[in-house]
Amino acid sequence: MADRVEFAIDETVDITDVVCPVTFVKAKVALEELDAGQILAIRLSDGEPVVNVPRSLKDEGHQVLKLADNCDGTYTLLVRRMEED
Amino acid sequence: METDYKSLKEGGFMRQVQKNNFSARIKVVGGRLTAEQLVAISAIARKYGAGHVHLTSRQSVEIPFVKLKDVPAVRADLEAGGLKSSVCGPRVRTVTACQGSEICPSGCIDTYPLALAISERYFGRQLVHKFKFGVTGCMNNCLKAEENDMGIKGGYIVEWLPEQCNLCGVCIKACREGALAQTDSEVLIDQEKCNNCGRCVKACPFDAWHGEAGYILSFGGIFGNRIAVGQQLLPIISDEQTLFRVADAVLAFFDEHAEACERFRSAIDRVGWDVFQAAVEGAYHGR
Ligand code: SF4
Ligand code: SF4
Ligand code: SF4
Repeated sequence: MADRVEFAIDETVDITDVVCPVTFVKAKVALEELDAGQILAIRLSDGEPVVNVPRSLKDEGHQVLKLADNCDGTYTLLVRRMEED
Repeated sequence: METDYKSLKEGGFMRQVQKNNFSARIKVVGGRLTAEQLVAISAIARKYGAGHVHLTSRQSVEIPFVKLKDVPAVRADLEAGGLKSSVCGPRVRTVTACQGSEICPSGCIDTYPLALAISERYFGRQLVHKFKFGVTGCMNNCLKAEENDMGIKGGYIVEWLPEQCNLCGVCIKACREGALAQTDSEVLIDQEKCNNCGRCVKACPFDAWHGEAGYILSFGGIFGNRIAVGQQLLPIISDEQTLFRVADAVLAFFDEHAEACERFRSAIDRVGWDVFQAAVEGAYHGR
């Protein structure tokens, strides 16, 4: 199992106020405002967003670090911004 | 002049309401045409048709209002444009497909090469009645596999990879069958409930699921005058060789058992689903 380590968060975005497909777009835009290597914390809703957004960001080439259940119907996803290839 | 409608129909020219007008049906496999083919279609529709085309419910293109006297010229222009006439009547029809894993992020199988292979092997084959194949890339079923006489749906045989997993819980939520559960240290899968949808593989942000692509087959779907959903009778198939062995057996069953003008579904109903199941199981096991 992957080690549980703490990460330093550079920026935060809340995408619980939008619905698919804007969830992904809002997260992607926020992520692309960061420098490569920086870490974004994304607050997202249970259901569709938590099932789809983490994987979509990974498929975009970013590094998903951690997903934590906030136990209030939301999750916090930590993603490291990667260089465009 | 005696008009030979039968040969016209086999060649994909469908008689219209308007006398001496035919709708030229073009062969399309898996819903894909090249940009050049589209240009050729456009030119033919302008020159010999009424300047428009019809997109059929089975991903083909028809050029209506072709005059009887122009049929040979249209055939020649089709050929020059890298196109062929489609078929009608009692035979294997257009093989349809969604975009599949080559393009669609949800796809579990590469649908287009498979549709081509099926078409290559069976397209136009004469039977007692029409027979339709459709290929859909995943459980989302955009291509409606179960409407077809034989439907093929992509899926995954899944395996959890503990070293990669950080127990984020996403796959548990992604699974709509309730097949997954999580403990403090692992993800548990109930194989009885798993329907090979592959959603766990697609959703995991840590590549902690391995998915081996496979084909989920359905038989006897019909969606015209009669409506009945194709039935899944076999476990997921992970190689193309077995898939084609089963497909060969299905068409052989239809050849052997069907009465005149009988659709595949009606033939299975009459002969018995147990007899049909034994036939496909035999092929599945390589007997
Ligand atoms: S059936 Fe699946 S692979 Fe095919 S287009 Fe729909 S979502 Fe994509
Ligand atoms: S989604 Fe992946 S990382 Fe998360 S619990 Fe499931 S297998 Fe583990
Ligand atoms: S393949 Fe589908 S049904 Fe099977 S465990 Fe994964 S998500 Fe659940």
